Amino acid sequence: MLKDITLGQYFPGDTVAHRLDPRTKILLVTFYIIALFCAKGAVSYGLLALTLAVCVRISRVGLHALVRGLKPVLFIILFTGILNLFFTPGERYLVEWGVLRISDTGLRNAIFMVIRIMLLIMGTFLMTYTTSPISLTDGLERLLNGLKKIHVPVHELAMMMSIALRFIPTLIEETDKIMSAQKARGADFESGGLVQKARALIPVLVPLFISAFRRADELATAMECRCYHGGEGRTKLHVLHYAARDWAALALGAAILVGVLALRPLGL
Amino acid sequence: MAEIIRTENLTYAYPADEGAAPALALRGVDLTIEKGSFVVVLGHNGSGKSTLAKTFNGVLLPSEGHVLVEGMDTRDETQLLAIRQRVGMVFQNPDNQIVANVVEEDVAFAPENLGVPSQEIRQRVDSALRLVDMADFVRHAPHLLSGGQKQRIAIAGVIAMEPTCIVLDEATAMLDPMGRQEVLSAVHRLNREEGITVVLITHHMNEAEDADRVVVMDDGEVVMDGTPREVFTQVARLRSMGLTVPDTVDLLDRLRKDGVDVPLTALTVEECADAILEAIAK
Repeated sequence: MLKDITLGQYFPGDTVAHRLDPRTKILLVTFYIIALFCAKGAVSYGLLALTLAVCVRISRVGLHALVRGLKPVLFIILFTGILNLFFTPGERYLVEWGVLRISDTGLRNAIFMVIRIMLLIMGTFLMTYTTSPISLTDGLERLLNGLKKIHVPVHELAMMMSIALRFIPTLIEETDKIMSAQKARGADFESGGLVQKARALIPVLVPLFISAFRRADELATAMECRCYHGGEGRTKLHVLHYAARDWAALALGAAILVGVLALRPLGL
Repeated sequence: MAEIIRTENLTYAYPADEGAAPALALRGVDLTIEKGSFVVVLGHNGSGKSTLAKTFNGVLLPSEGHVLVEGMDTRDETQLLAIRQRVGMVFQNPDNQIVANVVEEDVAFAPENLGVPSQEIRQRVDSALRLVDMADFVRHAPHLLSGGQKQRIAIAGVIAMEPTCIVLDEATAMLDPMGRQEVLSAVHRLNREEGITVVLITHHMNEAEDADRVVVMDDGEVVMDGTPREVFTQVARLRSMGLTVPDTVDLLDRLRKDGVDVPLTALTVEECADAILEAIAK
């Protein structure tokens, strides 16, 4: 059961989308999000949807994988959609049904909002699908490097993130083991209400936490033994550098963002 | 031969509860490790062998006395990085010493910390992985490897620092017999071919057979120190400390007790077989 959990799902591949520098991809997704929130009319949304479709096509990530990513947020999408649909005041009302009224702007807002959230999620998922967690962390560290000047511990944060990623499978394995051990001694994780189920997890979480702390302690010693002394003077096995395709992708991304911004005053 | 590690009156006390007398884990150990040698430190649980290992690169600092690595005192904080680069350490649990989730990234961790240029890191990673026979796993995820493979990755991660000495602190304790064999042969190869000094901390007697030197610890002191032959022939003394002897020596010891004239010095299976054959022929 626990083995199925994959965080930062990454589909390895060798397309242009995979080979782009992680920094480029992070920047592009940022552009895309800004553009989504600035989009006003059908033309802008159409342009952004087309952009995503082209990117998905290039990355060869299956569309169903992207749609699957929408499932956990389905509720939020529906909720915002319905709220916008019924509770936006407008000039003309299309349907009036007691307190529930659908105005023309409400319908418009609801449709755009749902499209916006869906594109937003699929866009970010496309990035995590085509970028390994390690290079994503690497890219973030490099992008935020400038913040070191104002004493943001960028290296430490990146290191924490990559160690967390490294230990997810180990800790999941350990949870499985502890649960089996507790089941062997008669623990019941399946029956009962929510409270009872939550209570049944305590004997799993306590040993898990204790072992996680022990692991952390040993890992810290092992890291020190391998001369870890913070980010200062550290070099990298893989050095990131922008290639021509990165500049091209960034230029294209910026052009789309500018396009959406230009369409905004026109209400398109 | 030049020495690489020297301890002088090394004493270590684990911090005790207030009021209680501190428990001494090491009581005045004087030990010299020669460069290029293969030293096995034996002892039962709580004999102080792991504590001793952890003082070799300054993970633990002596309560009294000194530990000198190529003449540098481990108490000197300015030398700590230099000491740790020279004396690499591999621990018991492979899962808790692997930092990255790609093999090559993990092996690169130490040289990255040392500020080695990227191109050289690449070379070091590749050659370290070749040395432990894991070159085919460069891009693998460590958590999918077997225990023996993970431990060899950990060793490669240490070798990439280009140390003069590797200390293995019960590095084989959590492995199955196959994994243990893989790790031991890798370590022996490093010692033989690369001239890296090896200090192997263990409680498996059989791992000591091929060592240059065996040091036996008991209650925080070095009680025996010599070649495997010299140490293992003292069967009664080893047993009194709660240690077993290698199977071969055990067999020869029993035969002697039954009046068969065999020497106790035959450590390997072949030598043991020859000795018994000779005795039968007489």
